[in-house]
Amino acid sequence: MEAAPTIAARDLVKRYGERVALRGVSLSANAGELVAVIGPNGAGKTTLLSILAGIQRPDEGTVDAPAGVGWVPQQPALYGKLTVEENLLLFARLERCHDTRASVDRMLSLSDLGARRRDQVATLSGGNRQRVNIAIGLLAEPEVLLLDEPSSALDPRQRERLWEFILALAGEGTTVVYATHQIQEADRYASQLIVLADGERVFGGAPRELERVTGATGLDFERAFVQFLHQRGH
Amino acid sequence: MRWLLVKDLLILRRSPLLAALLIAYPIAIAVLIGLALSRGPDKPEVAFYNGLSEGAEVELGGERIDLAAEGRRLFDAIDPVRVDSRGDAIQKVRDGDVLGALIIPDDLAGNLQSGLEPGTVEVFYNAEDPAKQQFVENTIKAQVQSANSALTKRLAEEALQLLDLISSGGDYTFLGQDFDVLGLERSEQILVRARAGLPEGSPEREQLDRVIAFAELARENLAFSDDVLSVVGEPIRVKATPLEGGSTSLSSFAVALAVAVSLMFITLLLAAGTLALEREENAFARLVRGLVSRTALLAEKAGLAAVCSLAVSLLMLAGLGLFVDLDWGRFPAWLAALAAGALAFAALGLAIGALTREVRAASLLAFMLCLPLAFLALVPSGAVAPALYDAIRAVSALFPFKPTLDALESALNGSGGLGAPLLHLALLTLAFGALARLALRRFA
Repeated sequence: MEAAPTIAARDLVKRYGERVALRGVSLSANAGELVAVIGPNGAGKTTLLSILAGIQRPDEGTVDAPAGVGWVPQQPALYGKLTVEENLLLFARLERCHDTRASVDRMLSLSDLGARRRDQVATLSGGNRQRVNIAIGLLAEPEVLLLDEPSSALDPRQRERLWEFILALAGEGTTVVYATHQIQEADRYASQLIVLADGERVFGGAPRELERVTGATGLDFERAFVQFLHQRGH
Repeated sequence: MRWLLVKDLLILRRSPLLAALLIAYPIAIAVLIGLALSRGPDKPEVAFYNGLSEGAEVELGGERIDLAAEGRRLFDAIDPVRVDSRGDAIQKVRDGDVLGALIIPDDLAGNLQSGLEPGTVEVFYNAEDPAKQQFVENTIKAQVQSANSALTKRLAEEALQLLDLISSGGDYTFLGQDFDVLGLERSEQILVRARAGLPEGSPEREQLDRVIAFAELARENLAFSDDVLSVVGEPIRVKATPLEGGSTSLSSFAVALAVAVSLMFITLLLAAGTLALEREENAFARLVRGLVSRTALLAEKAGLAAVCSLAVSLLMLAGLGLFVDLDWGRFPAWLAALAAGALAFAALGLAIGALTREVRAASLLAFMLCLPLAFLALVPSGAVAPALYDAIRAVSALFPFKPTLDALESALNGSGGLGAPLLHLALLTLAFGALARLALRRFA
């Protein structure tokens, strides 16, 4: 018998006035699965993630998600005047973690920021801020982690470390849904790919499936993706 | 909510310059306003030439008046710069060393004593600055008017003595010689006795009757001269009746105003800034995903801003209490007025923060709103056209400054009721709170 998905969204529609941001988008992901949401600018990636995170309500459609989905916004949602530790403590208390101190220590260890715990966040590099940002998303040990362009502000080395971190989480059973502009990251890490264009889901499946659909085997994945969009008139 | 409050206080503590500015700036503004309202302008420097000889006196109403002492009254309102001649006084005005010159000529005593010609003092002033010109002109005119009034009273007293002498008779000294003045009353008595010796129906008796009637009539009418001359001495008296407020002293009003201004600045800037900061730090969306409700977030920001501004305002009152007599027995009323004002300002600040969504824009808008609100609330009735005044009152009623000022005045002085401004502030708190809550829908 197939396991029930950890998170599922069906026929999501979101409108901003006259503009339709999402047109009947569906997705589902199982425990430990890595789902990449890709698409051109304005395709509806952030809108989809914010609906899954419960920040916005869809105009139509439903979302089945466990309580306390972890959400990591594109821009680090941190207080620059507070230290790394104070930021984590604040959100651990707001998340009502059973043992706030233990949760904070675990996240400091996981994000490898123990040595910078007393540094104000404003003094950290973009990569370290993003690690704190992700650590806050993980404080409540969520079953599902939503990441909106998690590596956009990072250099290649930081990006590599971030993905090691995320893959480790997925390895422990956390479902990760991430939106990204880095097509190679979708190809390399995702087990499932969702392509959005103009608010519409134009592809859903494994990355290799996308190459097969476009008939672009042998090309690099980014070229295959662009060719796919062209074929679909985007 | 408690942890958010702790977080905001920590952020404030880590922004010492901002916190210091937030406290120091409104206090400086408040103190300046207070000083401007409670103190009149400094005395203007006026060159003063006194042409009268030392100890010059005039005798009016049987009383010797020291003209130098009377002249010193003028110094209550001016700072005299004594000069040796009329020319020196005028030169000082021309050179810009003094705002004006007051010259008392040497013939003043003679003219006053004669009672035939008015005494004249000369005033010269610099008309370069219209405001100062008007100030000097009004100050000196008011003081001369006051001296005139005092002298007129004394002249009237002398006139009364003379009229009394005419009516009742008595001793009178003139140029060192004593005279016995018969007076109308004794003249009438003599005439009555003379009339008794004349035969009935004689033409002389008839003529005497007419003279006696005239003397009687003149004496009776002179009895009214007291009232007539007192009216001439002070034809118009001022009877001032305040219709609204009234019992508030200028210094107490200045305290209420200074505290209201501080309360407004601190609360508006804190509430607007801390709310907008949640969005600028991208934390708002993370917070309202079930960690904190939007309403609780607004309540936390309002509470933080209100408590901080309340604390600063109470410290201000304690400080001002060293210089101005404040009734500490009314402390609960102060607290009620300050709390209601702080909450209303906090709600307005939240609305500003929620609508602008950026710390800089929120601070700028809050700052730009503060001063016009304060000035509008201070426009007195009659200073502008009635329709404009009605419009100003309506605008003032839409914002918390005027009702806060009214509540503080009432709380500090016991003047007027406290209930109405508190109710007004409660309504404004609800209205701006609702506006802020509505604006949060498009905040993330």
